[in-house]
Amino acid sequence: MSSISKEIICLQCPFACRVKVELDEYNQIVSIADNKCPRGKTYAEQEVVNPVRVLTTTVRIESNDSEHPLLPVQTRDAIPKGILKDAMKELADVVVKSPVKYKDIIVQDILGTGVDVIATFEILE
Amino acid sequence: MSRILNKPVDVAVIGGGPGGIGAAIRAKEDGAKNVVLLERSEELGGMLPQCIHNGFGLHYFKEELSGPAYIHNLLKKMERTGVDVMTHTMAVNLDGTRITALTENSVVDIDAKSVILAMGCRERARGAVRIPGHRPAGVYTAGTAQRLINVEGYLPGRRVVIVGSGDIGMIMARRLTLEGAEVLCLVELLPFIGGLIRNEVQCLRDFNIPVFTSHVVTNVIGKDRVEKIIIAEVDKQRQLIPGSEKEYDADTLLLSVGLIPENELSLLTGVELNPLTGGPFVDDLWQTNVPGLFAGGNVVHVHDLADYVTESSEMAAANAVKFISGSLRTDRKLTVKAGKNIRYVVPNTIISDQPISFYMRVSWPLENATVRIGNIFEKKYTFVRPSEQIRIDIPANKLKEVSDEIVVSCDGEEAIAR
Repeated sequence: MSSISKEIICLQCPFACRVKVELDEYNQIVSIADNKCPRGKTYAEQEVVNPVRVLTTTVRIESNDSEHPLLPVQTRDAIPKGILKDAMKELADVVVKSPVKYKDIIVQDILGTGVDVIATFEILE
Repeated sequence: MSRILNKPVDVAVIGGGPGGIGAAIRAKEDGAKNVVLLERSEELGGMLPQCIHNGFGLHYFKEELSGPAYIHNLLKKMERTGVDVMTHTMAVNLDGTRITALTENSVVDIDAKSVILAMGCRERARGAVRIPGHRPAGVYTAGTAQRLINVEGYLPGRRVVIVGSGDIGMIMARRLTLEGAEVLCLVELLPFIGGLIRNEVQCLRDFNIPVFTSHVVTNVIGKDRVEKIIIAEVDKQRQLIPGSEKEYDADTLLLSVGLIPENELSLLTGVELNPLTGGPFVDDLWQTNVPGLFAGGNVVHVHDLADYVTESSEMAAANAVKFISGSLRTDRKLTVKAGKNIRYVVPNTIISDQPISFYMRVSWPLENATVRIGNIFEKKYTFVRPSEQIRIDIPANKLKEVSDEIVVSCDGEEAIAR
């Protein structure tokens, strides 16, 4: 039986345990070791099964303000880590028009995640 | 060019970043009549508008925000406070609390009763780290690259080597990768990664970007544009290890090699600087050695969190307003010294009997560490690292018994090299 070993650095406290996770050939968790506390186990499970990240990036904006060709945006919640680059490609073609208010929805439900992409600044001109 | 003489104000704040905005708001809230906020660029916010990543505001706004969002929230707070904001205005001279500033079309003399220095810090550049080799295009500080990508909309290069594993270097590694560039590696002189572990995981490991600790750039090759970057390992004495060279076909070199408080203006009026921080020596009221001249945020010492930049600048402003009204109490003078494994500590003197926040950095990483403030207070940490600033708040009554000097020190076990 082949197994895969993954090392997950736990981010739940300053100890930053290097948690060892063993997976079987079906990607099922066989064992979790080297975590100093139960939070490390939960964190490592999440990181192995479905790691998620908030994406922060920019989209282009058409406005009267030539010094601000870009609008900073972020996903409102974390999305699966594996689709960050796909989300970037999706957002590369987005051009919004001013005015944009803080927290306006820029893209609804990006890549079917149920998570919206929102503005993190406002450009009113 | 016209010269407008003598614009009298209560409080003048130099620098419109997260510190300066906070200071200006606080000065108004605490009753200063005329408050002017001077900012040399076209907009307020300092570096934060280009820091589009998350991690700001958890402490100050109780919400995780991007850099632009943090500034948005601060600007909302400043609305209707009556702060006189002057953008495109650069302070060029300081004489006590009298400022000479250039606007787009005039010279202004601002006669302030009190001045708050909030100029922040700037990046160290190639000259500061003596990187050998050619001088082609394609060598940027990380902050310049960040501005190009996040504000102006240009990708500065396609194949990138980054020097420095501090948070800015790691965040730029992720940003460049997401924007389609290839980050070949990070190079770190020290034997450990300089920034937060969270960034090591989410900026480097997530994208399989290698980092070489105890390594330096030994050559930059390229006629017009960077063509090759050579790196090599160093030993404990920082001597090159022969045969350890690695060569990269890179078109870009990013430098994330530290920040320096920006105090050229402070020096013009005789502010004494601490060689360990590059910022003014300050007391616990954030006052410099020049009467009426206060300082907050990164101009004093480089902070990890924008939240603390805002907070310390607010404290400076509150005390500046007390200074004007003559109600600033100075009851004593205690000297604060950095002891064992403490690289620096702020403030440097204590003159009031208010509660105090000590900010410090350790020299070397330790496990199971104890930080001691003289013999009046101690705090235990599972880890201390130079990259993670330590803040310890002391209630006013704790310092009552101390007479003339207090030494801050840190003991612990040698951290296992990661």
